[in-house]
Amino acid sequence: MKELKLMKGNEAIAEAAIRAGADAYFGYPITPQSEILEYLMAEKPHERTGMVVLQAESEIAAINMVYGGAACGRKVITSSSSPGISLKQEGLSYIAGSELPCVVVNVVRGGPGLGTIQPAQSDYFQAVKGGGHGDYRLIVLAPQSVQEMADFVDLGFELAFKYRNPLMILTDGALGQMMEKVWLQEQKPRMKTFPEWATTGKTPDRERNIITSLDLDSAEQEKFNMKIQEKYRKMEAEEVRFETTDTEDAEYLLVAYGTSARICQKSVRLARDKGIKAGLLRPVTLFPFPKKILSELAGKVRGILTVEMSTGQMVEDVRLAVEGKVQVEHYGRMGGIIPSPEDIVDALGKNFLK
Amino acid sequence: MTEEIIIAGFGGQGVLSMGKILAYSGIMQDQEVSWMPSYGPEMRGGTANVTVILSDEPISSPIINRFDTAIILNQQSMDKFEGSVKAGGLLLYDGNGITRHPERKDIRVYRVDAAEEAAKMESARIFNMIVLGGFLKVKPLVKIENVRKGIAESLPERHHGLIPLNEKAVLRGMEIVKQVFEPETK
Amino acid sequence: MVENTGISDIVKDENLVYQKTKVLTDKVMHYCPGCGHGTAHRLIAEVIEEMDIQAGTIGVTPVGCAVLMYNYLDIDMQEAAHGRAPAVATAIKRLMPDKYVFTYQGDGDLAAIGTAETIHACNRGENIAVFFINNGIYGMTGGQMAPTTLSGMKSSTSPYGRDVQMMGNPLKMTELVAQLPGTWYVTRQAVHTPASVRKAKKAIRQAFENQKLKKGLSLVEIVSNCNSGWKMSPVEANKWMVENMFPFYPPGDIKLEGKMVGKE
Repeated sequence: MKELKLMKGNEAIAEAAIRAGADAYFGYPITPQSEILEYLMAEKPHERTGMVVLQAESEIAAINMVYGGAACGRKVITSSSSPGISLKQEGLSYIAGSELPCVVVNVVRGGPGLGTIQPAQSDYFQAVKGGGHGDYRLIVLAPQSVQEMADFVDLGFELAFKYRNPLMILTDGALGQMMEKVWLQEQKPRMKTFPEWATTGKTPDRERNIITSLDLDSAEQEKFNMKIQEKYRKMEAEEVRFETTDTEDAEYLLVAYGTSARICQKSVRLARDKGIKAGLLRPVTLFPFPKKILSELAGKVRGILTVEMSTGQMVEDVRLAVEGKVQVEHYGRMGGIIPSPEDIVDALGKNFLK
Repeated sequence: MTEEIIIAGFGGQGVLSMGKILAYSGIMQDQEVSWMPSYGPEMRGGTANVTVILSDEPISSPIINRFDTAIILNQQSMDKFEGSVKAGGLLLYDGNGITRHPERKDIRVYRVDAAEEAAKMESARIFNMIVLGGFLKVKPLVKIENVRKGIAESLPERHHGLIPLNEKAVLRGMEIVKQVFEPETK
Repeated sequence: MVENTGISDIVKDENLVYQKTKVLTDKVMHYCPGCGHGTAHRLIAEVIEEMDIQAGTIGVTPVGCAVLMYNYLDIDMQEAAHGRAPAVATAIKRLMPDKYVFTYQGDGDLAAIGTAETIHACNRGENIAVFFINNGIYGMTGGQMAPTTLSGMKSSTSPYGRDVQMMGNPLKMTELVAQLPGTWYVTRQAVHTPASVRKAKKAIRQAFENQKLKKGLSLVEIVSNCNSGWKMSPVEANKWMVENMFPFYPPGDIKLEGKMVGKE
């Protein structure tokens, strides 16, 4: 039975992982996402579903535990925040290079370096361009509510397994710490059968399974690169997700994801109260990026303003999608400061309504 | 109806849990709610605040800097948030430790001396429930039975014995809240 | 290449005294002649065959000379990032507690970049086997200094010999993890003589058998030569190993059934 709860975004992710039938969570504490590991430990998922939860000695160990578990064909999830996600990049590259499915949650805080523990969106580049070494991509989902924090865990596993690819839920400290109503899905059973590629023990009826990202033969390595690129093109064709608000008659378009998109919804209303016909495009998948709709909308509006809690990262992808059809500007706050709905309307005015 | 509220005071005053009970009470009457805390070092003893939104429609931004109501429980928060109340909005405060009282003349100002009352009731832990009662007297956004349910939902079961005391505190807050200033309605 | 039919013409069952275990594939190993890796691989494969646990065993290979181990063992295997094998193996074992899980790691992998993963897997008492090949050098990358390189020993990054004042001391990782309550069986072996091979095989078998007990981690160090890296002939390398490596890394059991050897 579905269940209604008031939960923090972090807690919702943890509960959703149990209910999605996850086999394991491996993580290491870091603010502002430690509630995920705390909630899981308190909930005793081992008793509820048999799910393994382990606090690793580092983010590096945690992501390699994810690798080991995912290579056994299991549903494995980990979470961290920006500095810890940087530590996980080596493992993520290996996971992508070994074509393993997993879900990684980044509850972003302001950087660079140790930065701040307040929310930010400054890990966009790292999330959508690969992050670690080599040519690879993560599927990136950007929730904007506690409900989506929960829903995207299950969706995340589905997509990760569909493509044999790591998936990142890119969220931030604000969504992790805030409480909202959330409908939790019914408990899904854990998997009983595992993909044929998984290292579950070589039985006499099959060849041995090897999980590796190594190929010393350059021709073979190039072939592998082309194969995973094809996978990414397929994602771009089939998995783009986005939402629009008041775009039908919009003259000015805001583009924002996650927390910024929530704030922009209010900005759209405030702008319209002032007689400015604003609309909002919210990318839900940051990779694959909603290029097509952006290109279409670019032909209809007078200006586009991206709103990000960073110095402007997604704005580069927006400009690539728009191909110069319309002026694209960026408004952002950094270091853990969240822009207010009014700030965004002001920025819209300053950029386009001088 | 949408009500945007900030509750601000010291860590340990029950600011966050008061917000949580308010949010739960909203859920009990099928409203949309959001609860957005300040988090970080200030959680550990310094100032703490939480934005709570109750609404009959989906909530857009959970992060706002203009409020329908500010519930203010220390001087730092008074200095920080008095100016953030929308014109015609409500500022409710506890006079304990307040050296500079609210000055604005375009907002409603009410006072609930909950710290003093909690001392009389010999339970510092119900301080925040007295404040909540004061607020609900001025703005009856949620029904008292939904507050009762909200308290039950947000308290761990081992503390359910405390529900009657908390409810009593809410009722007491309703009795002792007093008007300081009401702007003239045009 | 001799056809199988040809061999069976010559080798009759009644004459057969030795054959390669079926758990080793037919792939020709890339190791240098005289290297200990080939022997260590064979011993692990033989133990898996003898215990009849081919379907029940998952191996984790390192980065280093043994990176391609999965080409030689006919079992399911995972290639771990450099040093991370104990973390990878932890997850495998936790998710499939009834499987036999082992890591196979060199000295750079286990005792330098993977120190944290090694110590914490040992300290948690993961019910896995760790096989640690110590040849005092980074063989795969061309003979650089390892954490286990002896004082005064030459390598491509200590060309005048390891100066411990400048480069730090060689690390006895095996003695170190034996101190941890999570290790159940810790031993140091070698594979340079028939007698040492037999003893090493017993130790490897013990490390697999121990997994049934669920009492903690078993670590078998195998001191080996790296004749290419040491720039010696295989025979010289083994002699040098006995004379120089063994005094600092003495073969023998360090911890048995959770208790330090030689201490009451």
